[in-house]
Amino acid sequence: MDDLPEKPAKQDKNDEPKKSKPSSSSSGVSRRDFLKISGVSAAVPLVSHVSALALDDTAHVQGPGKVPVSLNVNGKKLNAQLEPRVTLLDALRDQFELTGAKRVCDRGTCGACTILMDNKAVYACSVLAIDAQAAQITTVEGLGEPGHLHPIQQAFIDNDAQQCGFCTPGFVVATKAFLDQHPNPTPEQIKHGLGGNFCRCGTYAGMRAAVLQAAKTKGA
Amino acid sequence: MRPFDYASPTTADQVTALLGKSWGEVEILAGGSDLLSLMKDEITTPRRLVNIKTVEGLHTISTDRGALHLGALATLDRISEASTAQHNFPMLAAAAGDAASPQIRNVATIGGNLCQRPRCWYFRAGHGLLAQKDGKSLVLQGDNRYHAILGNDGPALFVSPSTVAPVLIAYNAKVRIVGPRGAREVPVEKFFVIPKTEQEREHDLKPDEFISHVIVPPAPGVRAAHYEVRQKEAFDWPYATAAVALTMNASTVQNARIVMGHVAPIPWVSVEAAQALQGKAVTKATADLAAQAAVAKAKSLGHNAHKIHLARVAVKRAILAAAGSQAAGGAA
Repeated sequence: MDDLPEKPAKQDKNDEPKKSKPSSSSSGVSRRDFLKISGVSAAVPLVSHVSALALDDTAHVQGPGKVPVSLNVNGKKLNAQLEPRVTLLDALRDQFELTGAKRVCDRGTCGACTILMDNKAVYACSVLAIDAQAAQITTVEGLGEPGHLHPIQQAFIDNDAQQCGFCTPGFVVATKAFLDQHPNPTPEQIKHGLGGNFCRCGTYAGMRAAVLQAAKTKGA
Repeated sequence: MRPFDYASPTTADQVTALLGKSWGEVEILAGGSDLLSLMKDEITTPRRLVNIKTVEGLHTISTDRGALHLGALATLDRISEASTAQHNFPMLAAAAGDAASPQIRNVATIGGNLCQRPRCWYFRAGHGLLAQKDGKSLVLQGDNRYHAILGNDGPALFVSPSTVAPVLIAYNAKVRIVGPRGAREVPVEKFFVIPKTEQEREHDLKPDEFISHVIVPPAPGVRAAHYEVRQKEAFDWPYATAAVALTMNASTVQNARIVMGHVAPIPWVSVEAAQALQGKAVTKATADLAAQAAVAKAKSLGHNAHKIHLARVAVKRAILAAAGSQAAGGAA
């Protein structure tokens, strides 16, 4: 499901399933819950459910229907029933409310969905959720939070390293992976090491300054 | 993305049993960078993915009597960081470290790099590998600024997308292929083929085979360098690349391997350029003559004449860089 529905939802409010999750919105339904509810009427199962079957030679085959998927994200075990075709990015955003990783190109070319898998930067749009179950996953939510920002996040603020901000979470996470491997980077290394992320507003100068500041802060 | 079932084999036999008899029904999932994009755009719509990352023995990077053995699942990042690659096959470490972006190099595998599909925009827009409509080539009729300048007499006009493959060919590397009838080895140079029909792929694999290893023979004393002409420094598909491996006899070239990338539907080995250098000292003048020989048979499709110039420049600069580089270490 995309972030924004093309048409307003027409669902009768009385039919809305009750959600037990806490919500910050005044109506009691969060934006993401609302989008999920609005999508229910359009969701038609495409294939009959086959959870798992073993071939004669015992290779494990799952799907195409929903199968249990268990992810380790920011130190927590998260479980869901997902079709094998669901990407890690869509699972994080749509199932687990972790919307820090952004869905922009969805083709592994922009970097807005960058997350860490076993401390390495990866495009979450280009990994299947079912294929990420063995990894320790870290999203931008796992780096810091309001009031307790990660030094990299603070450095981005201090250096005015964003305009619209949509690429920022991806850059922050990519910077984390980069600085872990290059604690004292040269400007050339920064350019090469963050070459997998794009900022359409063009705030690269601020970002390079932020990376240098974060490198110094980290050592302090 | 259309629904598919997801297989997690643990042995090579299970993999080959799970693969299909014709292209497209089943796809192999390694890093997935290219495959998932193709599936989202429904360029390929497999009913099954076979995740080979659960098969043991395909991840390793090792050396055996000076030869580098790369498991098909060795990532570009690991190859670029491997000390044995940096020391004995520096051109390979450099090319792997220059490919795509950090996020892609962290997941992209050497096997997947060789099997990635062309970037031809007609192919990626769903017009097929040969991009023909009503018997006419969309490439010839349309915008072909990035298309082939060599090997472009047949229906295939896309360019081979791997920047690492020309490097492997310059090093005389082989791929080990596993299928239901056992394993076979093929030089990387012969692994790539120019398809004549939509039913073929760009390589020598059968639908029920997969790459298990890439093997680079020892290259002691070889001086090698690659050069890519790109619009962007990072994360770009080059216009043209060249990989050059020189074996020197004192100050003259005893043997040269000169391979161009992004100029033809396959990585393009230039025998003419190699012959032009043989027995000569490498100077700007001899490098320029060899580079001219490399593109002597190149032909523009209408919008890509500039690529002939860029390919020539790539070859010339790679030759000069190779001659100026340190000879690789490693025992034979």
